[in-house]
Amino acid sequence: MIESHRRFTPLQRLLHWLIAVCVLMMLFIGVGMVSTVKPKYLPLVTIHKSLGITILVLALIRLAVRLRYGAPPLPADMPEPMKLAAYLSHYALYVLMIGMPLIGWAMLSAAAYPIVLVGGLRLPPILPQSDRLHALLWDAHFFLAFAFFALILMHVAAALFHALVRRDGVFETMASVSTREEVAPAE
Amino acid sequence: MPPSRLSPARSVVLSVVFIAAIIAGAAAAFAYTAGAFSPKRLTPNRMVDAFRSPSGVPLGHRRNHAKGICFTGVFEANGAGSEVSKAEVFPRGRYPALGRFNLGTPDPNAPDATVRVRGMGLQISTPDGQEWRTAMIDPPVFPVSTPQAFYELLLASSSKDPDAMKTFASAHPEIAGFGEWAKSAPWTSSYAQDRFNGLNAFIFVDNSGAEHAVRWSLLPAAQVVPVSQEELAKRGPDFLEQEIADRVRSGPARWTMVVTIANPGDPTADPSKAWPADRRTIKVGTLIVQQIEAERDGPCRDTNFDPTVLPTGIQTSDDPFPAARSSAYAKSYDRRTAEASDYPRSATVAKP
Repeated sequence: MIESHRRFTPLQRLLHWLIAVCVLMMLFIGVGMVSTVKPKYLPLVTIHKSLGITILVLALIRLAVRLRYGAPPLPADMPEPMKLAAYLSHYALYVLMIGMPLIGWAMLSAAAYPIVLVGGLRLPPILPQSDRLHALLWDAHFFLAFAFFALILMHVAAALFHALVRRDGVFETMASVSTREEVAPAE
Repeated sequence: MPPSRLSPARSVVLSVVFIAAIIAGAAAAFAYTAGAFSPKRLTPNRMVDAFRSPSGVPLGHRRNHAKGICFTGVFEANGAGSEVSKAEVFPRGRYPALGRFNLGTPDPNAPDATVRVRGMGLQISTPDGQEWRTAMIDPPVFPVSTPQAFYELLLASSSKDPDAMKTFASAHPEIAGFGEWAKSAPWTSSYAQDRFNGLNAFIFVDNSGAEHAVRWSLLPAAQVVPVSQEELAKRGPDFLEQEIADRVRSGPARWTMVVTIANPGDPTADPSKAWPADRRTIKVGTLIVQQIEAERDGPCRDTNFDPTVLPTGIQTSDDPFPAARSSAYAKSYDRRTAEASDYPRSATVAKP
């Protein structure tokens, strides 16, 4: 049964794990930087902005690849509510991967902060200065960050549940490091 | 390893416990990073909370230097600064300037004569869209050496314990320099007569890539006429704002920007320590203030004069204050922009 599952393509797996590392770093740097006044505050903010743009670019590529190659089907014996949770949480993850960097960029733009990345690279503003928009976007960036982290914890829990409890091959569609594109053997 | 001999049910329970442990560990690490288990960590929130205004939280206003008035004008560079920094504000020319005269108080309604420290926020724009922001004050040294000590100073100065300031001063003798200035420096009746000092050390990078530790000041062109605080107290509560508006209406006010170059070994990490008076200085240009506007509707209102917003050619040094100020200013900015309706613009005052 397990072998009948196609895996994600190597490019998709690469993008998933790259983005996973970036997003986790991002969230930890985010809550760390806003809770310190020490000199490390400045490099952390610069890394946060740079990682955000990196994630935005990677996530857009990933979305395009996903639309092109799709995803392995979920096991037919998975209960419908679990399937629904899987679909919805993956939509939410894509929305957050792409939305959070854009919200951050827009938030800085609305505050008229110059947006300077690692290496001195400068991004243009994407919104005019506005105190109200800044306040709205700040709230969104703050609360969605915690929602994002909570969603990632659920995602990890679900992945491990598939791997350890259900053992239905869903975990292996993304977790395998092998680049071999095996075809499902007819069993 | 032989295959697990656990019963399927036990294996499921163990797996679920394992998963729960992973998730709980990750959540705990996240909470720890956010400071949830560090009640003593000096956070931007705690720093900003330590500014206590006697008239309550000044909703919609800056949490410190809360009273101020906007100006616009130009920075006229004479070209001399290009020797020590490649920043695009130093080649000979005129660069748009935006700023804010202010009082070092968390109370936006403080009478002008009651506030010892005056400040200037300034933003100079380069032709290629970069910005140099700085926020300066008129004392020649900062009261304390570290952001942590500044936080403790804020707590001591708002403490109900009558000995709090004495206790603080004995633990932080560096405050004597500031105290001496506060006691003996002349008061003036105009922002235009005040000298504004950057105090923090920054690094200028020149065209060859060489680095120079610097501090900068704005020296008033207007002659300083000392006035006693008692004399100023007889004037209206906003005499400084009225005076600068009247003055600039009849002609621009000017300051010379002077950059002081540190000698090797001069303290760059401690703004409570002045550099010796014989250090080399360079006059790099003139700030010309051409127009004054009330803060409520003015262009400085929503500008955060974050001293770490710097053009290429100027960098932070090992001075710990610019980072701390950046983090606290951002927090103050986040709060006041969320409270904008408590400080409505006059155009939006219209009744609902």
